[in-house]
Amino acid sequence: MNKSLKLVVVLTVTALFSGIILAVLNAYTAPRIELNANKTLSEAIGYVIPGQKTCDVKVIKDVTFYIGKDDKGQVIGVAFVAEGDGFQSRLRILVGMDPEMTKIVQMKILSQAETPGLGTKIENDPTNKTDAFWFLKQFVDLSAVSPISVVKGQTADKSKSQIQAITGATISSRAVVDIVNAAIEKNRALYLEKVK
Amino acid sequence: MAKSKISVTQEFLKGLWNENPILRMVLGICPTLAVTTSAINGVTMGLAVIFTLVMSSFIISLLRKLIPNEVRIATFIIIIATFVTVADRVLAAFYPEMSKALGPFVPLIVVNCIVFARQEAFASKNPVGRSVVDALGMSVGFTLVLLVMGSLRELIGNGTIFSHQIMPMSFQPWMAIALQPGAFLTLGLLIGFANWLNTKGKKK
Repeated sequence: MNKSLKLVVVLTVTALFSGIILAVLNAYTAPRIELNANKTLSEAIGYVIPGQKTCDVKVIKDVTFYIGKDDKGQVIGVAFVAEGDGFQSRLRILVGMDPEMTKIVQMKILSQAETPGLGTKIENDPTNKTDAFWFLKQFVDLSAVSPISVVKGQTADKSKSQIQAITGATISSRAVVDIVNAAIEKNRALYLEKVK
Repeated sequence: MAKSKISVTQEFLKGLWNENPILRMVLGICPTLAVTTSAINGVTMGLAVIFTLVMSSFIISLLRKLIPNEVRIATFIIIIATFVTVADRVLAAFYPEMSKALGPFVPLIVVNCIVFARQEAFASKNPVGRSVVDALGMSVGFTLVLLVMGSLRELIGNGTIFSHQIMPMSFQPWMAIALQPGAFLTLGLLIGFANWLNTKGKKK
């Protein structure tokens, strides 16, 4: 057989088989991967809007709002994903707020890849033996009428919407606050105008 | 074809110590440094490499007489990439947590020099049985080192192994070991220790 023809045939056949295997595999795993992603998201929504029974999804412009309702159909909270750059990775944070969007109810980090042991403390701080989630818990029931600010080296005053930064991860802490502030400001106008 | 003089058992064992990919050949260092922040991460990464390497070696050794020399690299890459994608998708579908923790390092097995080196140096020149044994030895050797490194770094950096508390609660975790500098330190000390054991063994 012609030499270059042989090269073409071998590569084509290899790639063809590879393609078939991957197509079959994808058909089998893709629904499951999507299911996993949906499950993670709906669990997260249930966490940031405590007590929600049903959840409406509304897309306004490019923002997706998750509107949580209790068993009587009353709106009890609204959640959205705030996204932005952290210290070294993209942060995706699910923010749950009250229906008027005046205060944060709960927050959850959906994805981050910050410096292990420092920036990752925004999600989970194993060095704090009493509460590994102390950083995010600072946002619980925090007023968001005026922008949230970060303090360092002093005790945060919750009534002034202050958040204590993590030692050694000031930039990550500040990034979380900035991302959340920006998202709340942008989304509040959208939500109150179009949904309410 | 090169006649192998060593037994099948030795073929397997060489990957564990004498030709250990990490400790002796210093191959595949990138994932070794990056994923061994905990024992479970190290082992999962190791399992993905065992699957990829054994399957690729099997197929490539089977096809070694059909693959023309000129396109062998391209063919190897297609075959390796196929198995890596299989491992990656299966992890994402059934172990989403693990898939998230390992991030891009599973897809990056495609360019792992251990996998590639075994195809080029061994599977493309040896019969199927021997190639599979060789692949198994090499990847198990890789996994064992990842397990040791992951356990050490998790123990010192977090006080746990496989998320079980080992150190007393009063132990202050030495966070630097779980970070990137700790990865280099641990690997350097492990290689040093392996070399010391080897020279000590030769003197006797």
